[in-house]
Parts: sequence; structure tokens; C-alpha cells
Amino acid sequence: MFKLERRPSPSNAMVVLTPVLAVVLTMIAGGILFAILGKNPFEAIRIIFWDPLFNEVVASYTRPQLLVKAAPLITIALGLSFGYRANIWNIGAEGQFIMGAIAGGAVGLAFYPTESVLIFPLMVLAGAIGGFLWAMIPAFLKIKFNANEILVSLMLVYVAINFLGAMVTGPLRSPVGMNFPVSRNFNEYPSAYNGELVANTGLHMGVLVTLAAVIVAYILLKHHIFGFQVRTAGQSPRAAKFSGVNPNITVAICLGISGGLAGMAGLFEVTGPAGKLSTNFPLGYGFTAIIVAFLGRLNPIGIMLAGLLMALTYIGGELAQFQLSVPAASIQVFQGMLLFFMLAVDILVNFRIRLAKKEVA
Amino acid sequence: MTALLSLSGLTKAYPGVIANDNVSFDIGPGEIHALLGENGAGKSTLVKMIYGLVRPDSGTMMLHGEPYAPPEPRAARASGVAMVFQHFSLFDALTVAENIALGMEDAPDTADLTQRIIDVSGKYGLTIDPFRMVGDLSAGERQRVEIVRCLLQNPKMLIMDEPTSVLTPQEVEVLFHTLRQLSEEGTSILYISHKLDEIKALCEHATILRHGKVVGTCVPKDETAKSMAEMMVGSKLRTPKKHYTRHGAALLELHNLWLKSKDPFGTSLKEVTFNLHEGEVLGVGGVAGNGQDELLLAISGEELTPAHAIQLKGEDIGQLGPNARRERGLLTAPEERLGHAAAPDMSLTENAFLTGAMRQNLTSNGIIKTAATRAFARDIIEQFDVRTPSSENAARSLSGGNLQKFVIGREILQHPEVFVVNQPTWGVDAAAAADIRHAILELAKNGAAVLVISQDLDELMEISDNIAILSEGTLSAPRPAQGITIEQIGLMMGGTEVEHV
Repeated sequence: MFKLERRPSPSNAMVVLTPVLAVVLTMIAGGILFAILGKNPFEAIRIIFWDPLFNEVVASYTRPQLLVKAAPLITIALGLSFGYRANIWNIGAEGQFIMGAIAGGAVGLAFYPTESVLIFPLMVLAGAIGGFLWAMIPAFLKIKFNANEILVSLMLVYVAINFLGAMVTGPLRSPVGMNFPVSRNFNEYPSAYNGELVANTGLHMGVLVTLAAVIVAYILLKHHIFGFQVRTAGQSPRAAKFSGVNPNITVAICLGISGGLAGMAGLFEVTGPAGKLSTNFPLGYGFTAIIVAFLGRLNPIGIMLAGLLMALTYIGGELAQFQLSVPAASIQVFQGMLLFFMLAVDILVNFRIRLAKKEVA
Repeated sequence: MTALLSLSGLTKAYPGVIANDNVSFDIGPGEIHALLGENGAGKSTLVKMIYGLVRPDSGTMMLHGEPYAPPEPRAARASGVAMVFQHFSLFDALTVAENIALGMEDAPDTADLTQRIIDVSGKYGLTIDPFRMVGDLSAGERQRVEIVRCLLQNPKMLIMDEPTSVLTPQEVEVLFHTLRQLSEEGTSILYISHKLDEIKALCEHATILRHGKVVGTCVPKDETAKSMAEMMVGSKLRTPKKHYTRHGAALLELHNLWLKSKDPFGTSLKEVTFNLHEGEVLGVGGVAGNGQDELLLAISGEELTPAHAIQLKGEDIGQLGPNARRERGLLTAPEERLGHAAAPDMSLTENAFLTGAMRQNLTSNGIIKTAATRAFARDIIEQFDVRTPSSENAARSLSGGNLQKFVIGREILQHPEVFVVNQPTWGVDAAAAADIRHAILELAKNGAAVLVISQDLDELMEISDNIAILSEGTLSAPRPAQGITIEQIGLMMGGTEVEHV
């Protein structure tokens, strides 16, 4: 009945329209889901997408949260987008996020209680290196043994989670934490604290870094030869090799960038919004960023918008949990649907749907 | 003897090329019939029509004296026509029996199927264990799985597409034994190959295709490999338009190059040695798949070789990557336009940047000079008459001939000192092909050294000063095109096999 017909060139309009279409389809399917749960679907959708921004009662709290949640998502997704364009699938940003937080946090705590303006930059650097090195493990294994980076990077997430547990019950446990498995609180250590730059806006150093990363990523991808090489490597590996792109170096750089950015995001998160290293620290940003990267069409500007939208579903989802008492899992289903629909409607970029009579074989 | 399958007047045209032109021949019951021709002669299109993958534009087929026009492979199989493809369609992670069950219309239960596989494989000497994982099998064993899959359906006719390209000599012996046994039991076999000695050993009749037309039929046993090679490549040679002139210094030298192919279907290069001089066009002939792709990859720098095996202007470059070679004046154009020479989904501007970045100076501190890149792309489009709405169209939207002009133009406009091109006019219409050949000759006239790899002998005769033949990874010594005879080329193509005749 329907026939898919290949377009001669990818449709630019569809590149922009498909994320919007995916959001609309998610709202419809999500509405049905909430209706099945016995909730008013229109109210649920309003609470998730509208109230966090414009509801007078809650917006003063939720609006700053938008930046706080969106910044790590966008930073991680930007890093992932390079690899995804080159067909290098880093699924383990969550692990790199955690390792960055541990590495950067440990460097800061090592200086406690020395106060210096140099400490925080040093921590950021250590965070980036922590994530970078963690991502170099799948890179090395892929280059040397052709090990699948999806599996390796994913499994390393669980290694990182356990490593975090070992650190906060061991070397990094707070001496004043009454033996709870937590590190020192960074907001009690001014040189290492990533506080709000402007009160009640959610704006912290990490948000500024995110903005800078969006701009740099945009230039790299659109105007720099590196972005060109990454795109070619993903679209047409043999043509890339012909043009002189070394596939192994591309693997290392793409995983390195995503690891470094994820590690940096982890450091900003642990020293600011989270406040301390603990076993509760991982919130799944590294995984949600995968959705953000695709929803944003692997385009830096798109990723910024997608990150804000995804942050909205986090905050709105929490509101829906309070106000409608929907289960926490339903909001994860909601985010999953967003990726599902995004990947499904993606086919419209290269194909168009034609109504066709069923051909008689 | 009435024919099992009778083809009459089959014609199939694709844009810009007639793949099959009025092809007619008969295959008798139990006959092993060879379909012989160079790559691109139209063999694949023809068997695809017989197997129901492609519908002919005109012409008819008769099977058992009944009209036969399979709309899809399933119908062909139901009529008793089975095919073993050159590239297998098997799942590595499944067992032999599971793979065979997947391909069957009404698969019996596992125990029954296993027994039938054992019976059939025992009967035809195709040793295969139904419980092994396909991923653990050699190429020859995988082919047996495909053959057993066909035989379980009791075919009246079996089509084999280049079956020996992945086999060891021992495996070839086993395969021939099986095919002869099948033939004795009355199964017809259509055997596609360009390996002349095999056809001589196996086939009773041969139909020879060239440029989509039947150019001859013969009884292979009565022919020599050389005489069949002559029919395959055509009997008349054009006299070269160019006159051999003295050439300058050697620019590109290959010394005893051995290169193992990374492609399981590829051919490794053996002891390739030649010198390419300033102003010279060296034509490398031979049927595609005899090491042509590997030779281009070695010269372009996509595959690295021992440093001294390849020298450019006296410098060892075997260990340098593609861009370092471009910088030194060695440019290449691979055969496969979409996916290798050009990225299909990228615009022509981006594809101009793909190889032009270095020599055209299209970046500054890593930032792509958009305007200069677009200007370069437009230059190519204009000077090489590439028909496209704009330089922003995706490469895949261009016709083969237009994209080929773009690819060749992109390299020539970068003023190579040495230019190596694989199948420059492959699948390109006549007008575009003439333009491309003209551009290649102009380039050599201006002092560049040009290596043209092509399976079109007419083309090589037209543009080359010297001709060498690449056969099973070995390159013959180049000899002047002027005065070369078809016999000599046949000898070079037949390789060692011919000398026994």
C-alpha cells in the first residue's frame, strides 16, 4: 500500500522536520501510555512540557534546573556526535562521566584545604583526562584487536560504577561523613566548588563550557577539515581512506573527544549540582545523551535544543511523578520512545513515502 | 535433443548501456554450458534474467518447451532453476542445517533435514557437517552449503556464477567432480567464468558474450585457451592513434611488489615490476579481478607496501599515505566511483575537497576555504562538461558517466605528474568515454606519466604507448602497443596455461 522511494538527494527539510515529528509522535504515544495508566493524558503532557517553564508555582525552581540538567547532556552529546558521525559507537559515556568526576574530584580533594584559583582549572583538566583515558580503553582494543567498541565501552560503565563505589568507601571517603560512603562536600571547599555564577539561574561554569563547546563543535563540524574527515569516515569509509583519513586515528580521536567531554561534564556535575561523590552520583546522563545526540541530528545546534528538551522531560517527569504519581519508569519509557521515534522517522530523510497500488507479483 | 532451456532474442538495456543485446542460445538436458566473457560483458544480467531477478526488455525464454518468464527467484526455483551466487548469503552464527532451512520454501523438521543434507552431500562428494557453524567454514565449504541448498530442491538446471574464484585447486577438483556427476544424472549446468582452462576441462559447449552480444559459440575441447581468449576480447584490434615516442625519465617505478589482498575475493599481487616514464601512457589490460584493484590501492597509498617497492621520482614512497603521495604529484582515480572515488551522499563541492584539499590548497589552519572549494568544483564541472544542476548536488544523483568525468577531472585539474586510473570509462556512455580518453592523452602530452588500468582492449589500444597484462596478480612485461597482435595479447592473458597448449 505504501511504497518507500529513495530520494535522489537527502532532504534538507526532513533533516529539520524529523526531530519535531518524533517529539509529536512521542507526545501522542506517551499520552496513550498515561491514559492506560489512568491519568489524564493532556494534563500529563502539560505537566511535562509546559509547567516546568511557565507554571507560576513551580517555575522559579524548575527553570534554573533546566540549565543544570541540560548542560551535561549537551556536553556529552556533542562529544558523542563526532564518533556517531564516523560510525564509532561510544555507548559508555556514562562511565567516562563517572571516571571524570572521580579523577577531577580526587585531584581537588588532594589539595584540601589549600585555597587557590588554580585548583578548579586543574580539576577540570583532570576530569577531562579521566574521561579521555577511560575512553582510550575501547579505542585501543578496537584498533589493536578490532574489539567492538559498543560492548567494551558499555561494559566499562559498570566497571566505573563499581570503581566509584570502591573510591567512596575507601580513599575518597569523607573523614567527616560519619562513615557514609560519600566524599567531602565540595560546597564546603570554595576552591573546588562549582557554584552558581548568578543566583537562581542555574548558571555554573559547566554551562559556560557547554556553550563554548557548542560553538567549537559547530566550527569543527561545519568548517574544519577534521569535521569533514569524520563525516566522510562515517558515510563512506573507503572514500575516506582514499582521501587520506587514517581509520585508526579517527577511532582514537572520536572516542577521545567524547571521553574528554563526558569526563569534564562529570567534574562540573560532581563539584556543583551533585555536590559530592557518592554511589548515588550516576543519574544516567551518559545514556540519555545518546538520545540527545540523535534527536539533535548529530548537529551541535540541534543537540543544544535537544538537550534543553530532554532536560525538560527530566524535570517535567519529576513534576509528573509528584503531581500525578506516575511511576518513575514511565518517564524513562517516555525518553526511550523519543529515541525510538527519532530513529524510525529518520528514514524520511533519504526516502519518501508514496501511495502505491499493491503490485501483482 | 530438445533444449531444456532456450533463450531467444533476450535484450536488456540500462541507462547508457545495453547489457544484453538479442542474446539467443540453447542448453540441452544434462549439458554443462559455459557462459564466457569479460567482466561487464553481460553475463550477470543474463543469468539474473534466467533466475527471475531481472526482467528482460524483450525476447523470450522457453523451459521444457513451455514459455518461461519468472517474475521472481521463487518462481524460477519452483520451475527447477537454482543458482549459486559468487557471494554467499549465509549467516555465520547459524549452523549449516539452520542456514539451509532458512532458504527453503517448506523446510522439513530438523532431524529429517539433517538426514537429507547428509544423504545429498554424501551422494555428491560434498563433505559437510550439518551441525557446524557456518562462521567456522572455509570459503569452499560455504560454497558446498550453497550447492547442497540448491540440490535439495532437485533442480533441473543449476547456474554457477564464478564458482571457483574462492576455491583452492583441490576444492576445484571436488567441485568439478560434483558438477560432472550432476550432469550425468541429467541436470543442466550453466557455468559462468572467464577462466579458460576450467571451461576447457569442464564444459561441453560455450557461448561467448562481448559487449552484451553473443559473439561466438564453440566446443571448448576443440579450442585452445588462446583462441577462446581472442573471441572474448574481440578479433580486430584498433591501430593505435598515438605513435610511440621517446619518453623522458622514469617517474614511477614498481620493484618486485608483492601484496596480499585483504579482500577474500581479491587477488594478491605477485612480483609486479614496471617503470612508467614522463609522457608515457602505459595500459594495463586483463580481466577485472586479476589484481587490478589491489594494484591501484598499492599505488594510491591506501595499502602500504615495503618502502622501496614503489618509487616516485627516485624516492621510496611505499610507506607513505595517500596525501603524502598527492603532495608529491601522484594522483589516482579508483574504479568504483560511488563509495571509493567519491562519497555518495556528499555534494560535488565536498567531493572536490575529498582529494583536492592538499594540492589545491583548500584549507587554511584546518578551516575549509568554502569559496575556493566551490570554485574548484565548478571548475571541474565546467571544464569536464559534468551535467549537474549545481555543485551542491549529491554525488549519487549524477549518472555514472557524469560522475566519472567529475572524478577524472578532479584529478587532472590538480596537474598530476603521475596519474593512475582504474577502468576510466567503465559503464560510461560513448561520448563521455571519448572525452575522458582525450583528457588522458592531453595529460600525457603535457608530460605526465599515466597508467591506465582497463579491461577494454580497444580503449588501451587507442590511448596506450605500451601495454602490459595483469593476470592472476602477475604483470607481464610491457610491450609497445604499436604492432602488437591479438595473439600476443591472448598469450599474455592466458598466462601460463596457454603455454601447455
